[in-house]
Amino acid sequence: MSILVDSNTRLLVQGITGREGSFHTTQMVEYGTNVVAGVTPGKKGEQVAGVPVFDTVQEAVAETGANASIIYVPAKFAPDAIYEAVDSGVALVVCITEGVPINDMVPVYAYVNANGARLIGPNCPGLITPGQAKVGIMPGFIHEPGSVGLVSRSGTLTYEVVDMLTKAGLGQSTAVGIGGDPVIGTSFVDVLRLFEADPETESIVIIGEIGGSDEEDAAVFIREHVTKPVVSFIAGQTAPPGKRMGHAGAIISGGSGSAADKIEALEAAGVRVAQSPSQVPALLKEAIAAA
Amino acid sequence: MNVHEYQAAEILARYGVPVNPGRVAESPEEASAVAAEYGGTVVVKAQVHTGGRGKAGGIKLAHSPEEARQAAAAILGMDISGHTVNKVLVAKGVAIAQEFYLGVVLDRPNRQVLVMASAEGGVDIEEVARERPDKIVQRRADPVLGFHPYLARELGFALGLPATQVNGFAAIAQQLYEAYMGEDATLVEVNPLILTEDGEWRAIDSKMSFDDNALFRHDESEQMRDFAEENLTELDARNSGISFVKLDGDIGCIVNGAGLAMATMDAVKQHGGEPANFLDVGGGASASQVAKAFSLVTADPNVKAILINIFGGITRGDVVADGIREALAEVEVSAPIVVRLSGTNADEGKDILAKAGLTAVDTMDEAAASVVAAAHSRAD
Repeated sequence: MSILVDSNTRLLVQGITGREGSFHTTQMVEYGTNVVAGVTPGKKGEQVAGVPVFDTVQEAVAETGANASIIYVPAKFAPDAIYEAVDSGVALVVCITEGVPINDMVPVYAYVNANGARLIGPNCPGLITPGQAKVGIMPGFIHEPGSVGLVSRSGTLTYEVVDMLTKAGLGQSTAVGIGGDPVIGTSFVDVLRLFEADPETESIVIIGEIGGSDEEDAAVFIREHVTKPVVSFIAGQTAPPGKRMGHAGAIISGGSGSAADKIEALEAAGVRVAQSPSQVPALLKEAIAAA
Repeated sequence: MNVHEYQAAEILARYGVPVNPGRVAESPEEASAVAAEYGGTVVVKAQVHTGGRGKAGGIKLAHSPEEARQAAAAILGMDISGHTVNKVLVAKGVAIAQEFYLGVVLDRPNRQVLVMASAEGGVDIEEVARERPDKIVQRRADPVLGFHPYLARELGFALGLPATQVNGFAAIAQQLYEAYMGEDATLVEVNPLILTEDGEWRAIDSKMSFDDNALFRHDESEQMRDFAEENLTELDARNSGISFVKLDGDIGCIVNGAGLAMATMDAVKQHGGEPANFLDVGGGASASQVAKAFSLVTADPNVKAILINIFGGITRGDVVADGIREALAEVEVSAPIVVRLSGTNADEGKDILAKAGLTAVDTMDEAAASVVAAAHSRAD
C-alpha cells in the first residue's frame, strides 16, 4: 500500500508537448508510471513517448480512463488547467508549475475542495510511490519501496533526505512534495492524515521550512491523531525576517513563521527534529525503536 | 515587491479611499513649497521601505513652510535601518478624534483573503495581535464571491462604531479589498485610519506590497519600483532566474533548490560560519547559470570562501561539473571553492572537477565544515 498514487494510477499529462512536459513524460514512462494520455490544445493525434495526445482533458479522460493529472503548463495558464482537470472528473491533480499568482490560487483551492478533488502543489516536485508510480519531476532512482512516509515543502532538499534514507536502508511508502507556495492544495496535515491511515506507512518524515504555520498545524495534528513515529527537519534557521527565500511561501513575516517556532511546536508534540538533514535516518531509526 | 507610502496612497485613492492629502518632495525647498500651498500644520514623513520611521526621527510636525523646510532637511539623507531617505511625503495636518487599523492580508492557513480591523490604531498591529488579540476583529472574503458588504458592516459594528459611521467605514474596507484583489497585493494596510474631529474618515498612512508572481500583469506596479530601495544584485539575479538574498556573512553559497539552499546556510552556521547569501541557481544549473551565480557571489567583497552544493536529480552531476568548469574559465574567482556533488552522475562530475583542480566532497556536513575552515584560514 501507499497513498495517493500506485500501480492503479492512470496518469494524464497536461502540457505534454512542451519542453518540460515532454521531457518528464519520458522520464515517468521510463520509471514505469502508467501514463495513459496527454493534453495540449490543438495537438490531438500526436504522441509523446508513445503517449497519445488529446485536445481536451474531457476527451482524454473519456478515451483513456485517466484518474490523475499532472500539470506542466506555464503559470498564466495553470489555474485554467486545474479547473479543466477538476471539471473532467480527475480526482488527483498535481501542479508542478512555479509562479502562479496567489490571488488565482485562492478560488482554485476553494473550487477543488468543493468538487471533491485533491490538488497537490503548485510549485512542487510531485509525488512518488517507489516501484509503482512516479508522478513528478524527482529522480526516481534514489527511492526504494519501504515503509517511511515522507512529506515536504521542498524539492532538492527532499531528494537529499530520500537519498540518505535509502542509503540507510529506509525505503519509502510514498514521498509527497506539497509545494513551496503560500496557497497550496494539500497541506502537511492532509498528508499526515493519509499516512496515519495507511497500513504500510510505519513512520513519517516531515521536511518543513520557514513561512506560514503549516508545521505548527502539523504539530497539533500529530499530538492529537498520529500514533506513528515522526521525525522532522526544518530549513531556514539562518534566514532573515522579511526576505523571501526562493519559494514564494518561504518568508518570515510579522514575527511569525520562523524555524525556531516550528521546531519548538514539533518537539512539543513529541517529534524528533534533526539539526541537519544527515541526522534524519538515525533519528528515525531511534524513533522507530522507541515506538 | 514593496512601494512607498505615497505610492500606496495614490493607488488606494484610485479605489475611492479618502486618503489624506499629501505630496512627495525630494528637497527641503519642495517640502516648503508644499507646506505653503497647504497652509497650517503639515507632517513631513520619510519615504523608506521599512518600519520604525517615527522612532528613528523620520516623521516630524511642521507649523510653517520654514519648519517644513527644516524638517525635510533633517530627514532627507537620514539612514533608517539601513535605508537612506531620498524622498519625504509632506501631508496635510489633520485633527484626529479616533484612530483605527484596517488591513487586508492572505490568511495562509485558511487559504482565504482576510480583512482585519482594530480600534487600537496607529500602533504596531503585530504587537496588538500578540498581546491583545481580542482587540482585532476580522472577516474572511469568500474565495469566489468576494467581500460582501455585510461582512464590512459587521467589522464596523464590532469595532463599536456609532451607527452613523458604519457605512463610511464599511465602504473603505471594501475599497481596500478591491485594491488588494485588483492590484494582486499581498498586503494592503491603512494604519492609522482616522475619524477627524469633523467626523470624516481619512487614511493617514497607507502601505502595500505586491505578489511578485503576478507582476507580469501589472506593468503600472512595476513602474513604481524604487531602485534605490532594492538590492541591485538581487534584482539582477532575479532577471537571470536565480533567487538571491544578500546576507552579512563571509561564505558564499551556490545551491540548486530553495529548500536545499536554506539547509546549506543552516549547515554553514552550525559549523561555525556565517553565510554571505542565499542563492538558488534554479533547476537547470547550466554553465551560464553557474557562471552568473559565481559573478553574483564574488561581487560581494566580504566573501572569503565559496560553497557549491548540488544534488543532481534530473540535472546530472557531470553537466553541473561542466558548468562549474566553464564558469570558472569565464569568471575569475580568487576565493577557495568547496564543491559538494551528490546524486545522478556524481562520480563523473567529480572526475571533471578534479581535472579543473577542484575536489568535491560527498556530504553537506563535510562541505560545510571544509568551507568554514577555508574561510577562517583566510580571515587570520
